[in-house]
Amino acid sequence: MMPGKPAVADADWIGVVLALLLTLFIALPLIVVGTWAFSEIWRYPAVIPQQFGLRYWSLTLSRTDVWEALFLSLRLATTVTILSAVICLPAAYAFARMTFPGRNILFLSFLASHAFPKFGLLVAIAGIFLQIGLISTFWGVVLIQLVGTLMLMIWIPVAAFQNVDRRMEEAARDAGAAPLRVFWSITLPQAAPTIVAAVLLTFVATFYETEGAWLIGAPEIRTMPVLMVTFINNQIVVQYGAVLSVMLWVPSFIALMFARRVVGTGTFAKGLGA
Amino acid sequence: MARLTIKGVSKSFGASHAVRDVSLDVEDGELVCLLGPSGSGKSTLLRMIGGFEAPTAGNILIDAKDVTSMPPEKRPTGMVFQSHALWTHMDVFNNVAFGLKLRSLPKAEIRERAEQALALVGLADYGKRMTTQLSGGQQQRVALARSLVLEPKILLLDEPFASLDQHLRERLREEVRDIQQRLGITTLFVTHGQDEALALADRIVVMRDGRTEQIGPPDRIYREPETEFVAGFIGSMNFVRTTVKDGLSQHAAFAVPVPVADGDVVLAVRPEALSLAVTRDKATAVVHRSIDFGTHKVVDIDLADGARVKVMTSSDSDWIKGMPVEAAATAFRVFRDNRLVYEFAATSRRQNDRVFGHA
Repeated sequence: MMPGKPAVADADWIGVVLALLLTLFIALPLIVVGTWAFSEIWRYPAVIPQQFGLRYWSLTLSRTDVWEALFLSLRLATTVTILSAVICLPAAYAFARMTFPGRNILFLSFLASHAFPKFGLLVAIAGIFLQIGLISTFWGVVLIQLVGTLMLMIWIPVAAFQNVDRRMEEAARDAGAAPLRVFWSITLPQAAPTIVAAVLLTFVATFYETEGAWLIGAPEIRTMPVLMVTFINNQIVVQYGAVLSVMLWVPSFIALMFARRVVGTGTFAKGLGA
Repeated sequence: MARLTIKGVSKSFGASHAVRDVSLDVEDGELVCLLGPSGSGKSTLLRMIGGFEAPTAGNILIDAKDVTSMPPEKRPTGMVFQSHALWTHMDVFNNVAFGLKLRSLPKAEIRERAEQALALVGLADYGKRMTTQLSGGQQQRVALARSLVLEPKILLLDEPFASLDQHLRERLREEVRDIQQRLGITTLFVTHGQDEALALADRIVVMRDGRTEQIGPPDRIYREPETEFVAGFIGSMNFVRTTVKDGLSQHAAFAVPVPVADGDVVLAVRPEALSLAVTRDKATAVVHRSIDFGTHKVVDIDLADGARVKVMTSSDSDWIKGMPVEAAATAFRVFRDNRLVYEFAATSRRQNDRVFGHA
């Protein structure tokens, strides 16, 4: 060890151990599920499956309900994310930059949808949807998932807009830009990385949303996560669930890669208040 | 070019008054410093001229045209902010070119003028850099170029160098002065640093609690302060509290004639207007310490009433702690309730002493 730097080295070791433990904790279940997806026979005492193979992949992928569910999920998540952005981003700007009566109470009300047990709320909403014929429809699921995204899509962009330096906006006014131009050329680009992060998080969260989709959408609307739950519930064979689960990683993996490229980890963390 | 007229401008935020009834005329090509402690309203006044705050009373005119209700984007003013406020998502060139693009000029002209502006501030080859890759001084230069490129009639600088170190600040303010004089642009400069104001300004406006205390060229502000506040704010100043009785100060060390009505007054004496003599019998003070500045020495002396006074002496004089001395003032000004009531200058250009007001 280098003389004169023991303190730094000690701290580094603790960090490395913590990082390893954390990685293990997160990665181990993923590895197990991933292994299940590619194994044909894996019986108890063995650490490694007795027989690897892609049989269950071809079995799963040949099912039309899997493909239908995948495209439905993508369509749902895209619709919800776009609607959420259209509704929430202007609202977030208003919360960040304007004062109006009831501002704080309204702002907190977005938190309220997450402050109570969600399932109870969903059941109540399902009751209402049943009355007005939204149960088991695409737009019924869109509505219920939209509610779930509001908090994320309001709170993070509010922080993003608030973090934009007012002096930058004033400098643009000074240079001759009218308020709308200032918003497009200065405020929005400045807040963009954080807003992109919020949009991606919303997309991924909606894609994986299960409770609402199941309660409101069943039996007609079957998203990927809902399908996975039925597979696991109805079949003894673990592999079906494992294959679907691995397939479900794909969108979040793509989203995360994209987020890293667009945002960079630093801004990502800053947008989330770190 | 441009003349700026401020007529009775006030600004209040709720119950607090940031600026109270300020009037000021800035001549074409003049550089005026707004000087004052924080909270004196100098920045608020500048922001009202730029259009970022609306005055609650009064008018602002540029070239005799009332701009009081104009938004900032319509005003012929250019502002440089303390935090430079560069747009971090654009490179240096686009920061400078942004305002030109808004005016939808031909591309070639935009490029030419932006590059000229960057060359003017000594950053000719920096156009492609991102603003975050620049040092603090370079960022402030870009901010200056961004304002100058639009050829504003009035340049407004809001403590532009406050976040820079001393050395850089001195260099940049000289550059700003050079550019300002070369372009002949009417400029308002807000600062809380008296050295900056003295070095830059054609005229200084000393502000306090939203009011102007005194407006004048630097040498007059320094030599002929009209209020006790100005006397203390600019340069080093000794204040001696004393009582006048029958036209004579009752202070043991400064028993000087003060031809004003009886009562409490404050004598203001510059360290360079005091002379020091060693004395055995008439000692009114003792030397506390002496600091050698090379060109001169500053001697702190303690008066009998506990007050400490600074005296500037020649560098070849010797002063030892505890030495009994007598101080004599060759010039002083007398204030009562922050107002000048009497000035005395034994060796000044104006030989006579003067009494002000109905003192």
